[in-house]
Amino acid sequence: MPSHPKLADEFIKDKERAKWHDQSLWFVRSKRDKAVHQLPEWELLREQASKIKSYVVSHLPDLLEEFEKNAKAKGVHVHWARDAKEHNEIVHSILEKHQVKRVVKSKSMLTEECHLNPYLERHGIEIVDTDLGEWIVQLQDKPPSHIVMPAIHIKKEEIGELFHEKLGTEKGASDPQYLTESARQRLRQKFIEADAGITGVNFAIAETGGFVVCTNEGNADLGTSLNKLHIACMGIEKLIPRASDLSVFLRLLARSATGQPITTYSSHFHGPAPDSELHIVLLDNGRSEIADSDEFRRSLNCIRCGACMNTCPVYRRSGGYSYSNTVPGPIGSILGAAHDTKANSSLPFACSLCASCTDVCPVKIDLHHQLLTWRKEIRLKGLLPLSKRLSMKMMSWMMQAPRLYQFVGKMARKIVPYLPRFLVYNPFNAWGKQRELPDMPKQSFREWMKQNHDRK
Amino acid sequence: MAPQVGLFIPCYVDQLYPQVGIASLKILEHFGIDVEYPESQTCCGQPMANTGCTNEVAPLAKRFLEIFKSYDAVVCPSGSCVSMVKHHYDEYFSENKEYDELKAKTYELCDYLTTVLEIKTLAGRFPHKVGLHQSCHGLRELRLASSSELVKEPFGPARELLESIEGLEVTQLQRADECCGFGGTFAVAEEAVSCMMGEDRVHDHEQAGTEVLTALDMSCLMHLDGIIRRQKKPIRVMHISEIFAECL
Repeated sequence: MPSHPKLADEFIKDKERAKWHDQSLWFVRSKRDKAVHQLPEWELLREQASKIKSYVVSHLPDLLEEFEKNAKAKGVHVHWARDAKEHNEIVHSILEKHQVKRVVKSKSMLTEECHLNPYLERHGIEIVDTDLGEWIVQLQDKPPSHIVMPAIHIKKEEIGELFHEKLGTEKGASDPQYLTESARQRLRQKFIEADAGITGVNFAIAETGGFVVCTNEGNADLGTSLNKLHIACMGIEKLIPRASDLSVFLRLLARSATGQPITTYSSHFHGPAPDSELHIVLLDNGRSEIADSDEFRRSLNCIRCGACMNTCPVYRRSGGYSYSNTVPGPIGSILGAAHDTKANSSLPFACSLCASCTDVCPVKIDLHHQLLTWRKEIRLKGLLPLSKRLSMKMMSWMMQAPRLYQFVGKMARKIVPYLPRFLVYNPFNAWGKQRELPDMPKQSFREWMKQNHDRK
Repeated sequence: MAPQVGLFIPCYVDQLYPQVGIASLKILEHFGIDVEYPESQTCCGQPMANTGCTNEVAPLAKRFLEIFKSYDAVVCPSGSCVSMVKHHYDEYFSENKEYDELKAKTYELCDYLTTVLEIKTLAGRFPHKVGLHQSCHGLRELRLASSSELVKEPFGPARELLESIEGLEVTQLQRADECCGFGGTFAVAEEAVSCMMGEDRVHDHEQAGTEVLTALDMSCLMHLDGIIRRQKKPIRVMHISEIFAECL
């Protein structure tokens, strides 16, 4: 898999696009700031949410059992999937049993994580993503580049082009109103033709056995109410203990995600509709392992608001695809490293450790510390490139020997100023590609001290 | 007797920016502090720690404690290196009283001036538009100012000190506290992102009318200055201690 720096470099080559991407996401981050600064109790809410989630993660088995019991009592079919493969097989078997040929899906990053779409398509089932952004990337045959705004990287002109090709809209049209209306008409048809609806789950409530799905387009509601089969796919960490906890999370989620006070639709599902079936597939896929780890447990607090991506100066400039992981950005780098450390070993380094993600996170995940801890793990697992390992070893040796350090510093200060420019600024000097090196002073601070500072 | 301060000068400041060390010393001595510069100091180990090479940090952390433990306070003109010592050394010292004490008495320079010496204003004149770059580690690890993400009472002692200087105007940025993109080895490993971040920071200061760009960390400034000089922008870069020292 190409590393993050390489993919980031490619994305940034189109400077204008990278700039535009950064500005689009900064706009969302600014909206978030305005929305949260209107709530004097914001930090209190974060604290409370963090405590609730930490409780959930440390009591997962009990809460999951409670949820299963209560959901079953409401007539919900509950399934357990250990990994993505099992998840897809379960979903497929339910669809097969009902002889479903067409499925509408509301946005679910979990099904992205499992690559459910290609799996079902291979089995002859048509699956349509009904979230507008996600449908756009589906039409492009690409994954989402952001977990809340899946098509944030695509310009409206490009969508016009795509729709012209795929939906036969007018050539050159880029008016959002016109394009959205065209999409709406086509999606409406898909909703009517579908035999089953798949949704994700934002919050599942152990106490009641019900769950909540948040969308801005109402597509989850339409997709699940027009037909008789609803399959909800959730990661086991999506639980909250009580219905009363919801108020905390619903206030935090949309504000953090887009700066809205609440999502347009926060739909509650407590059992199947009359003559219908409701299935819930609970997926582990490495989550219990994270729950067992002291260092990374808190990453399961994540409510997938995407605020860490919007604020991350690296994500904003390198784009979601540079992470090659279902969930990009700071939280994605943590989850990705946990899922497949080798394949994702460059992700925890795609971070300047600015800690903005940690401060923006509504459930107080110590994101930048976890990324730093991942770097340590990667070193321990021997996945750090030799060049980094060696240079750090050499630096450490030098710094343990003050005389050597002084000597090397002095030599550099004496020699570098006399070197021809091409020797200093060569292809091996990544610093100097777009930056000047500092001017070499004649004396180090310690040399100055020796010469000028009178001991008292 | 004045407290004895051990001056902690980060390795790259020692070698590349001696004027920052000189300015820091001058300021502390101006306020009557007895300063000693322990010569055997080298590096706190942050580059290795940030690369994940904790084994390579251990001997440096232990050296650091030995060198600095006897002082009443340790003062350093870099939030990032201070944060390394205060927040990332724990794994090398288990239940070590000397380290716990060191942690409590290690200060970033502006922090020492404002919280320990309780200096609220500075005399002198510096008739320039100054852009303050809020370095991330000072901001979000040491909490030396309020960060824009948190809903808390805004505060910023370093900024207040700057604003107390006659003729000095602190410029207003569009993105108050975004990272400059230095990030240690990140600056090299993720060169493209790092430079774009730096360029955006410089541009924000340009639109704000910054004449002198300053920060509590020379490392951020080294990166920004590298971009400024390559692009030949008319912005001068000075560490905050250099501005303070000019005003004494």
